Amino acid sequence: MSAPAPSMYSPQARAMAEMLGLKMGRANLEEFAETLLSMARANRNILAVTSDSRGSGKLGLFAQALPDQIVELGIAEQNLVGVAAGLASAGKTVYAVSPACFLTARGLEQIKNDVAYSDHPVKLIGISAGVSYGALGSTHHSLHDLAALRAINNIDIVAPADNFETREIIRQSADRQIPIYIRFGKAPLFDLNVPTTIFELGKSITLRDGTDIAFIATGETVIHSLLAAGALAEFGVSSRVISMHTVKPLDAHTVLKAGRECRALVTVEEHSIFGGLGDACAAVLMQAGISVPFQIAAFPDEHTVTGSQADIFQHYGISMEGLAQRAQTLLRLDSR
Amino acid sequence: MNLSDRELALKSIAYRRSMLHWIKHAGAGHTGGGLSCIDILNVLYNRVLRVSPATFADPNRDRYIQSKGHCVEALYVVLADRGFFPEDKLQTLCQYDSPFVGHPTRAVPGIEHNTGALGHGLSVGVGAAIAGKKDRRDFRVYVLMGDGELAEGSNWEAAMAAAHYSLDNLIAVVDHNTLQISGRTRDVCSNEPLDEKFRAFGWHVQTVEGHNFNELTAALAPSDDIRTPRMIIANTTKGKGISFMEDAAKWHHGVPSDAEYAAAMRELDDASTHMPNPVGAAR
Repeated sequence: MSAPAPSMYSPQARAMAEMLGLKMGRANLEEFAETLLSMARANRNILAVTSDSRGSGKLGLFAQALPDQIVELGIAEQNLVGVAAGLASAGKTVYAVSPACFLTARGLEQIKNDVAYSDHPVKLIGISAGVSYGALGSTHHSLHDLAALRAINNIDIVAPADNFETREIIRQSADRQIPIYIRFGKAPLFDLNVPTTIFELGKSITLRDGTDIAFIATGETVIHSLLAAGALAEFGVSSRVISMHTVKPLDAHTVLKAGRECRALVTVEEHSIFGGLGDACAAVLMQAGISVPFQIAAFPDEHTVTGSQADIFQHYGISMEGLAQRAQTLLRLDSR
Repeated sequence: MNLSDRELALKSIAYRRSMLHWIKHAGAGHTGGGLSCIDILNVLYNRVLRVSPATFADPNRDRYIQSKGHCVEALYVVLADRGFFPEDKLQTLCQYDSPFVGHPTRAVPGIEHNTGALGHGLSVGVGAAIAGKKDRRDFRVYVLMGDGELAEGSNWEAAMAAAHYSLDNLIAVVDHNTLQISGRTRDVCSNEPLDEKFRAFGWHVQTVEGHNFNELTAALAPSDDIRTPRMIIANTTKGKGISFMEDAAKWHHGVPSDAEYAAAMRELDDASTHMPNPVGAAR
């Protein structure tokens, strides 16, 4: 038996979450599954397509309730994506659900040609993304997916930060006519957004305003950025925290604004340091001629350390403590 | 639309002529495979498929997906003949900013799916066929594949799924010309025997002479008795119809020289002049 998974949050981080008034929600995976089920109950045209992934996709209830609306294809991700494109070509609203690691590597050519190039608006759902599978190792990690898909035209990329963002993007994706990739993990998350927030694809959400450091984070690293902002405030550092849920198309306006208004920028993502959100933001800033102390907090170009998702996050400094320290170091470089 | 065998044979000659003309014009194209599958396309579009420019947006239309996308010139000339677009639009084939890419794309009227990378069409066909079943529509999905492309593993994933879902509305055709770019398929990395493989995967398999209109017509016709996906292995000759192109891997994407083009056109002239009547009758 494996050891109990350590918490994603240190006692200090938990205390900070409490101080910020954050409430623990559930896993985005569960939010996705329930949202999709309720949508599919109301719309018979919605299909979930799986590659022996109904269990890991929390779609057991969906399969029981709506057996005619689930298409099981077995462990065959290339076929999963091709079939999803064929279903969409015949007018079905298709959610292709598979672990992000397999979906976006095994099925990459099908994503490129059958979905994006052929313009069939499949919704690709990468579950247990990033290092969610923890100690199962690099075969099961998806630290390449944002990079791979960013380089393919005609597909949007979204990594929701909490249950609200997950619910919104799943709902809003149904009628979108552009292919989309949505990736999230399976660990419970704090609720970050207030109910009055408006979620719009391609438009980031500023969760906290500040002018010393800006954290531009995506997916399930946003919470750690928000906690770091809380920790930094105790040292008199004012932090902006942006949930860049849409990695493509990037909300360049908000990135540039942060580059102009803040003394330093840290991007944060559960992805390789190459080709993800950090590279995207750097390119936007450089091309606008904005020079600002800047760091990409992500996973380095090495075999990922063994451990739970929490271990791995902590090891690479994707934590309240790690991000706060990184920000402090970066701000010391800033002479303004 | 009840074209006689003689009319079909004349169309095939015209299609071969057009194909070579446009490949010569563009200076690029997949000549050998186009010539091997043109009779299959002829029968599909002139005798089998329930689709036309007027019904192309109809959710009940039959679907044709050309998985062996490289033989797009054959598809272009047939679609032009069926009225999907004026044939002279092929002036821009493979030219700057043309919708007529060297592989099928949906930018061209009549094309269902973008192909070119091999081993994709069957999965997409499976998806469309499942959608047809779910929506209780009676359209059929036809997928044309090359024998070389069957080395792609994704085809076999799709083959399993098609049988699992008893997709009797899915009909695949293999243009079995036994050649791929490097030589004989059986020498490159054999995937024979195809018929036994697909039978083992749960498909109904028929082998036909892929240049015989009657055999193709009979095999491609709907059947109420077959409750599984259907595989038609069409034995063809790569480069069919032009003596010096026949059964030669080098014509996979060979473009004829001026002299070769003139010689090919003479052969096609002779074929139409000396065509026996009736043509293509069952042997």
